[in-house]
Amino acid sequence: MLKTWRPLLGAAVVCGSLGGALAVPQAAQAEQLTLCWAAWDPANALVELSKDFTAKTKIDMKFEFVPWTSYADRFLNELNSQGKLCDLIIGDSQWVGGSAENGHYVKLNDFFAKEGIKMDDFVPATVVGYSEWPKNTPNYWALPAMGDVVGWTYRKDWFEKPELQKEFKAKYGWDLAAPKTYDQLKQIAEFFQKRQIDGKTVYGASIYTERGSEGITMGVTNVLYDWGFMYENPKKPYEMQGYVNSPDAVKGLEFYKSLYDCCTPPGASNVYMVESADAFKSGQVAMQMNFAFTWPGLYKDEKVGGNRIGFFPNPAEKYHFAQLGGQGISVVSYSDKKGAALQYIKWFAQPDVQAKWWQLGGFSCLKAVVDAPGFKTSQPYAPAFLESMAIVKDFWAEPSYAELLQAMQKRVHDYVIAGKGTAKEALDGLVKDWTEVFKDDGKI
Amino acid sequence: MTASHDTFSEKMADAAIRATPEPLAVRVRGLSDRAIAWLFIAPTIVLLLAINIFPLFWAIYLSFTNFRANRPNAVVQNVGLGNYSRILNDPDIWASMQTTAHFVFWTIVLQTLIGFALAYLIDRKFRGHAFWTTLILIPMMLSPAVVGNFWRFLYEPQIGLFAYAVSFVSGIPTSDIQMLGNVHLAPWAIIIVDTWMWTPYVMLICLAGLRSIPDYIYEAAEVDRASPWRQFWSITVPMALPFIMLAVLFRGIENFKMFDMVNLLTGGGPGSTTEVASIALKRDAFEAWATGRSSAFAIVLFVAVFGLANIYVKALNKVKQR
Repeated sequence: MLKTWRPLLGAAVVCGSLGGALAVPQAAQAEQLTLCWAAWDPANALVELSKDFTAKTKIDMKFEFVPWTSYADRFLNELNSQGKLCDLIIGDSQWVGGSAENGHYVKLNDFFAKEGIKMDDFVPATVVGYSEWPKNTPNYWALPAMGDVVGWTYRKDWFEKPELQKEFKAKYGWDLAAPKTYDQLKQIAEFFQKRQIDGKTVYGASIYTERGSEGITMGVTNVLYDWGFMYENPKKPYEMQGYVNSPDAVKGLEFYKSLYDCCTPPGASNVYMVESADAFKSGQVAMQMNFAFTWPGLYKDEKVGGNRIGFFPNPAEKYHFAQLGGQGISVVSYSDKKGAALQYIKWFAQPDVQAKWWQLGGFSCLKAVVDAPGFKTSQPYAPAFLESMAIVKDFWAEPSYAELLQAMQKRVHDYVIAGKGTAKEALDGLVKDWTEVFKDDGKI
Repeated sequence: MTASHDTFSEKMADAAIRATPEPLAVRVRGLSDRAIAWLFIAPTIVLLLAINIFPLFWAIYLSFTNFRANRPNAVVQNVGLGNYSRILNDPDIWASMQTTAHFVFWTIVLQTLIGFALAYLIDRKFRGHAFWTTLILIPMMLSPAVVGNFWRFLYEPQIGLFAYAVSFVSGIPTSDIQMLGNVHLAPWAIIIVDTWMWTPYVMLICLAGLRSIPDYIYEAAEVDRASPWRQFWSITVPMALPFIMLAVLFRGIENFKMFDMVNLLTGGGPGSTTEVASIALKRDAFEAWATGRSSAFAIVLFVAVFGLANIYVKALNKVKQR
């Protein structure tokens, strides 16, 4: 019996060995990179864009996208546990400090120098916001990937209704149009609040009020910056007394609460990007605060898009700023495929790839794309995006950013939404919390 | 009969051992009963040590340090009782404990009252009672994530059925009925959902208690001309009390660590109005990454639940002994 099987067994061993030998080069060819990011519209555009990379390099791209509400939890856990899930990560701008100091990201200076990738070719605010740590030093941990900023959309079709324009002019003495200041924005919001339009009750504005992650902070800072809030003494780092809780900052916080109280839809106590976009898409609100990444989708929307929608940057007040969003793309230092990951970054930095990125719905940070003559007219939201990117300011990017963010979420939500205490008490409390965090870090 | 049965078993065992190849039989014969017992329970004990006991001791160790999970390269320093002192002196932590106490107290009161009343009705065995029992049990069979999400929609001021129902009864405009966004109503919104979901569970336990009361006790009471009211207070309640107390214990422990439903409904808001202890703990541990401090907080919560449950179990035993 055994004798009968011996030749077959031998043949099987030979075939197996041959198969194994042939499979080795195939496995090497079928290299795969995993890119981690948030699950949102630009991620779909990146999937489309990355097909060109695969076609060119034969490196397959796998994507790990997580909804925004669990994005930070999921990926910071992954990085902190030194996991190998992500070879490339498009991490939030505030993560850069912690990820650099804790060794999660590969430092890219040598790679940029070798490949001729110059940070001067990118919009300066995005380089500082997404790539540098410490800030304003030439230490790069990411390539600016997705420019984003908080701005506003409005119902152009409602604003253009002659009867509303007439009534508005009579009431406020100026023409109903996209607001330039927050005082104007509030007047418009009050005007639309609980108004009947096309047989439906509509409301003034949708603003960020979310408690769980970063929502209300990303909303309120747009107002606070404009009123004069500063994170610290520009001449003495980490000195916050009188800057975070300055009288102007207090007025700004009071304004945000007044806007929430007077002019938001009922039940808008936990609103972030998705809820705000939904309020706009369902025709509930006249204006909507949201990150620019939502604009392409809203412009394409059948009910509120096209000629019905307009875009404007964050209004001014005493100063003129807007909250920076967006992310840079980094190579995870725990990846076993750092070479291929760097190859992806090199490919992504190319001007023609960046131009296609913008066409597909991503927001390029490359000057060659955004400064191109036809950029402003390439999309109806392009001018508002450009104007906004010129006035950006970001939250702390310290390694303790999560704790700093959590303190602000609590203090601001307690005051604005729950009506607990005064604006002064909220900001005084914030100075106390942040001072404690920096003391724990040994920075003061 | 038993003795002969045992002898038979021993004979069978001896036969099995004799039939076993010599070296193996020697090894099995060489093991004492205690050794075999340890052999059987060892995997469970190893698992228990790895999953429960080790993390507990590790958390106790971490609670005395300044360790942060998001800074694996930082030097870990011993801070003594610093984390405990900070937690016990933190007004926000005490506020979250108060919120938890409010939630636990009212859910237990409502669930016990309604659950017992439902059990009492179901125990009457009226026509179709089996159908109604099944219907009542449905909420507790749902996932808390599903319940949290669909109640969030029900509470929506503009499209939610709850707002419409309240508006229909009270005449208040739906847009003014903001259950989850209102500081005063949000805690009650969560209590209503938890009561809706878990009252059937309390009802089941109470029903088991009611069905365990022998009929002859009621028959004797009727012979003694005791009124239904007297029978209820002198027979039904005392005899079902251990079951009711058990239900209260289970629900109390569960609600003390309530997280999922609150997280889905309000996320702890508006402000910190519904920030129960477990939400505060999660924020400290996984958002602020204060691992050492949050370990201390977890130990404080563990001791509180463990202590209260122990006191309660002693009271329960006393009631059972009566």
